Amino acid sequence: MPSHRGIDFYHIEELLTDEERLVRDTVRRFVRDRVLPTIDDHFEAGTFPADLVPEMAELGLLGANLPERYGCAGMNNVAYGLIMQELEAGDSGLRSFASVQGALVMHPIFAYGSEEQKQRWIPRLARGEAIGCFGLTEPDHGSDPGGMETRARASGGAWVLNGTKRWITNGSIADIAIVWARDDSGDVQGFIVERGMPGFTASDIRKKLSLRASVTSDLILDDVEVPESNRLPEGRGLRSPLGCLDQARYGIAWGGIGAAMACYDCVVDYALGRTQFGKPIASFQLVQEKLAHILTEITKGQLLAWRLGKLKDDGRLHFTQTSLAKRNNVRVGLEAARLARDLMGANGITLEYPVFRHLVNMESVYTYEGTDHMHTLILGEAITGIPAYR
Amino acid sequence: MSPGAAASGRDTLMKVIVCLRPVPDPASRLFVNEDRTWIKDAELSFVTNEADTHACEAALELCERVSASRSEAGEVVVLSIGRDRAARVLREGLAMGAARAIHLADDDFEGGDEYVRARMIARAVEKDGGADVLLTGVQSDDLGGGVTGVMAAELLGWAHASVVVGVNAVEAGLRARRELEGGLIETLELATPCVLTIQLGINQPRYATLRGIMAAKKKEMKTWSRGDLGMAAGDVGSEGALCQVTEVRVPERDHRVQMLSGSPAEAAARLVEKLRLEAKVI
Repeated sequence: MPSHRGIDFYHIEELLTDEERLVRDTVRRFVRDRVLPTIDDHFEAGTFPADLVPEMAELGLLGANLPERYGCAGMNNVAYGLIMQELEAGDSGLRSFASVQGALVMHPIFAYGSEEQKQRWIPRLARGEAIGCFGLTEPDHGSDPGGMETRARASGGAWVLNGTKRWITNGSIADIAIVWARDDSGDVQGFIVERGMPGFTASDIRKKLSLRASVTSDLILDDVEVPESNRLPEGRGLRSPLGCLDQARYGIAWGGIGAAMACYDCVVDYALGRTQFGKPIASFQLVQEKLAHILTEITKGQLLAWRLGKLKDDGRLHFTQTSLAKRNNVRVGLEAARLARDLMGANGITLEYPVFRHLVNMESVYTYEGTDHMHTLILGEAITGIPAYR
Repeated sequence: MSPGAAASGRDTLMKVIVCLRPVPDPASRLFVNEDRTWIKDAELSFVTNEADTHACEAALELCERVSASRSEAGEVVVLSIGRDRAARVLREGLAMGAARAIHLADDDFEGGDEYVRARMIARAVEKDGGADVLLTGVQSDDLGGGVTGVMAAELLGWAHASVVVGVNAVEAGLRARRELEGGLIETLELATPCVLTIQLGINQPRYATLRGIMAAKKKEMKTWSRGDLGMAAGDVGSEGALCQVTEVRVPERDHRVQMLSGSPAEAAARLVEKLRLEAKVI
């Protein structure tokens, strides 16, 4: 399966620094060499390519936008976004792994943790020696995390956690879980729950038809005693986990474009090579219209993602802007995959080509890290001042 | 200290200069330009010539082995010709682990052929105080001439070996294994300084890690113009070239089917003969 060529209809390349291009090219090459040769088999078998974790760590892809003093690469946010774009061009499962590890585990420890917690965990997570997961969503609370039922009860200088978290990427392979729970006073707090703590178990969600090359689990917390030293001291309130999600959504805004690029590249080659009625199907107007549409949407999405990155680097990013980009660019990825599948006919449904894998992956990405509906309503509130979801 | 180092008065044990050529990404869709003299390359993305990445890896490994065995530092210097594209492949070389870079950049360098580039490389090597080894890829992905490194050796007056598939430092210089026709391998020893052109696929080029990319920002990159190289305008670019590309064409596709008759054994024997003698693929 060849690597995608990269799409640059608007010379967006010129907006990138040499370092940003080099980061992108490195990850693109890694995906071509190490991910694409086996990802369809992993997807079919429903297995996560765990052997790639040390390699991703060695390249510096985990928590790449966190500071060098914690063993991270210290890249800017555009470079970080390009990493997510290229990983997702490989497979959303791999990008999800990197997003969770970096944005939902390393980031909250960096943003809300004590210095001791940062020193203890972030370098290990960057080296891939520890894997993390993020427990916010519950079986009965997805878009409404404020209704969470997981409780943290103070008990003799420690905390006792009870509850269930669902749809947790990396859950059963994680060494630590960042678990969000409501304390006795009703405040949401974050805890580092370690594998092996009595009462803490994870079980995988089976029969998924999407993100099959990614681990998705339930976390069960049954009277899990967590020491005070594992509570994130600066992470009080629902604003904290939502801040983490904003980090992850930022990466997804780039990822959606990566998936779209991979589908576009595949379908252009296919349309040029597939002959019907004595000529390439690329010569038919209905086909060209779809190709033109995908290219247009990718180009718009690239500009959104790049501008979002610059705003983030400037410290001016507002979460509503992330919502707009996540919502738009995942739609771009999903639509590109659907149109590509359509143009490829029956061939589009097999794992011989990446488009159907991307299509079903993007169905999950459309929903997670804030559903399409929720991002729509966030924008609705930004426009009108009226929160339609309350 | 190696002979090359002794001659130049350097105190490093092994200095290797690697030439990196920016070429259009081989995955690009290519179209011939309006006057049919080259491809339309203005909008293409450029990458390091594949064989040159193997040369860079070979240089880094050679210096690492020498450093480990003799406890003296080796130095890999990357060199490229051209404007921004060349600077980019040099940054990749620095991010892979090269110590510093030499960028030959001048408007007068546009155009030119392998001979011109070999002259510029030779001048740059001399200006940088020489080296123990100069490495190039065996050939470029775009032009495929396979002669730049060998011509540079002649101009420098250095020994050379082409199509090298393995290299090690020995007391007298380097021991290189080179590929001959028919799968034969020749092993030879070369006194340094020397030039090797490196075959594709002889190693696994390391990735430019993110830490390497950040570190590369702090490494030295010298930029030399035509004047810095002491070359006249007529020596470089298309004026200095011995060869000019007059026309580029897309190969015409020709599908010819031959049915081989006879028993399966006879047909197979004739197929092997055709593959060997006509198609020359086995």
